[in-house]
Amino acid sequence: MASRMAALRDWIDARMPTLGEEYRKHLTEYYAPKNFNFWYYFGSLALLVLVIQIVSGIFLTMNYKPDAALAFGSVEYIMRDVPGGWIIRYIHSTGASAFFIIVYLHMFRGLIYGSHRQPRELVWLFGMLIYLALMAEAFFGYLLPWGQMSYWGAQVIVNLFNAIPYIGPDLALWIRGDYVVSDATLNRFFAFHVIAIPLVLLALVVVHLLALHDVGSNNPDGVEIKKHKDASGRPLDGIPFHPYYTVKDIVGVVVFLAIFAFVMFFVPNGGGYFLESNNFIPANPLQTPAEIAPVWYFTPYYSILRAVPPMFDSQFPGVLAMGVAVLIFFFLPWLDRSPVKSIRYRGPLFKIALAVFVASFFVLGYLGTVPTNAWGQFGAWLGDAQRATVVARIFSTLYFLFFFLMPWYTAHDRTKPVPDRVTAH
Amino acid sequence: MKKMLFALLFAPLAGLLVARAALAQEEGYPLDHAPIDQRDLVSLQAGARTFVNYCLSCHSAHFMRYNRLEDLGLTREEIEDNLMLASDKIGSTMTVAMTEEDGKKWFGVAPPDLSVIARARGADWLYTYLRTFYRDPKSATGWNNAVFPHVGMPHVLWALQGERALETRTIKEDGETKVEYEWKQLTPGALTEPQYDTTVRDLVNYMVYMSEPAGLVRKRIGVVVLFVLGILFVLAYLLKREYWKDVH
Repeated sequence: MASRMAALRDWIDARMPTLGEEYRKHLTEYYAPKNFNFWYYFGSLALLVLVIQIVSGIFLTMNYKPDAALAFGSVEYIMRDVPGGWIIRYIHSTGASAFFIIVYLHMFRGLIYGSHRQPRELVWLFGMLIYLALMAEAFFGYLLPWGQMSYWGAQVIVNLFNAIPYIGPDLALWIRGDYVVSDATLNRFFAFHVIAIPLVLLALVVVHLLALHDVGSNNPDGVEIKKHKDASGRPLDGIPFHPYYTVKDIVGVVVFLAIFAFVMFFVPNGGGYFLESNNFIPANPLQTPAEIAPVWYFTPYYSILRAVPPMFDSQFPGVLAMGVAVLIFFFLPWLDRSPVKSIRYRGPLFKIALAVFVASFFVLGYLGTVPTNAWGQFGAWLGDAQRATVVARIFSTLYFLFFFLMPWYTAHDRTKPVPDRVTAH
Repeated sequence: MKKMLFALLFAPLAGLLVARAALAQEEGYPLDHAPIDQRDLVSLQAGARTFVNYCLSCHSAHFMRYNRLEDLGLTREEIEDNLMLASDKIGSTMTVAMTEEDGKKWFGVAPPDLSVIARARGADWLYTYLRTFYRDPKSATGWNNAVFPHVGMPHVLWALQGERALETRTIKEDGETKVEYEWKQLTPGALTEPQYDTTVRDLVNYMVYMSEPAGLVRKRIGVVVLFVLGILFVLAYLLKREYWKDVH
């Protein structure tokens, strides 16, 4: 058997040596730091969820009808009459939220261990492009069930483009393909969701990984393992990705799948966050729901949008703030001036700033899921301002301060000495 | 450090979920908890009967097929003889003869399709809604509802529950306004109050089932999947430990 495998390998090597070379370059001879911890599962898990979404999506496409008159019913048809259809649908709906949870944790990992810092700026930038593509993918996909939230969520988000000066209204019209979200919109969003954006996503994932494998992975200590190599040129603190991290990631995959399965089979609605109850009402262009909120993974930005008051009779400042809130992540590698990468060797200023940022992200995320009058109003002495809006404004400011003040507090922070080699794994 | 990071991430999340749960309770008529049980086939069958007898005259359930009711332990013959009042094909869905235009003309609004209404409204809402109709001479149908004010639907189950009146009082206490509700039975119904509650419970139980027929088997499959993943975890962990023995 072994000799047969070897013979097969020789046969392939004689014809296409690239296969073996790439296999070694990216798996058996890709040296990853040996001290990866819990936070390092989310990269491979993100890749897994991408595959899950593509495969389940292909099966959904076999029965889904991108037609305003049929879409809602075809989803229910999948849920009831297609054998195993409900499993596929719940895989896909749970996968959408899981994708964002994992990507947010993956980004947070980068933030705490300085994975965005020199020399991995391009890895970070491609990662951010993946995040943008993912947001587009989620946005287009959310229209497809054609429920009330699908419809009005898309209406609200496309209308944001209306607020852009000069080109806004034409741009929104161009995106919708109609004056309101309609059958034409559904058709094009379907095209974007099932082919255009997935192609972009896949390409970006490949580039993200290529960029990573050129510079090598960061680690919880934020030290470069390539500085210390043995006689044969292997990093002393590195271990081959395959088999060490493949077998380790399998453990992570099983734990992830268990949580995934728990949600899918026991709480597929995800507490009303993964599948919103209002989306079980078919889209009705004539009836605006009392409350329109995007799905949870967009709500921090939605909160920022709502927190900014209209200026000069225009909603554009809010839209701009929301855009900046997302795009500012691109600049992180250059905003961070700390001499150390990892949070392990950073001082209190960064830790406090990070804690405030995480708290802001959660509070804004929560406020984006409730109406602005959720917490009532302050008394007349504060001009009867809505409490939730004031809180959203405070936390939006804190959100931006995390980035804007970063060059200052990272440069002035007290840091600990960084070890030469990675610490215990 | 590690613990701090976890606390940093998950404590606010837990807090926010609690806050949201508290918020949901605040406004309007307080919802009663619907004591439904998806494993109770007798209750589901009774609910199906109430549904086809009372609801299906005006409301459709476009996505629900009659033969799917075999899920509830009914045979084809039982379904055909007892439950198929509006159709003669067992594979057809629960449609109604009433058109949307008629609905609009008679009730002001077309009665919505009920296939997935339990997922949109929730069991507690339906359970409370169907038990809180009251006489209101000011409304067009003569009925009103505590959960859904000015609802277009009259009290279809009134013969079972009897006619009731509702008095609401707004009380100011320590600066907070509270609303108190007092129910009065005007005429007796065919059922006692506990009997009526059970009938509505069964009906809501059925509507929850109908909104997601897969719900009956979903959890059972989930247990098996989690069990298999549990075994797989042990194997994966042992494999990892074996490989990592030589990493120092």
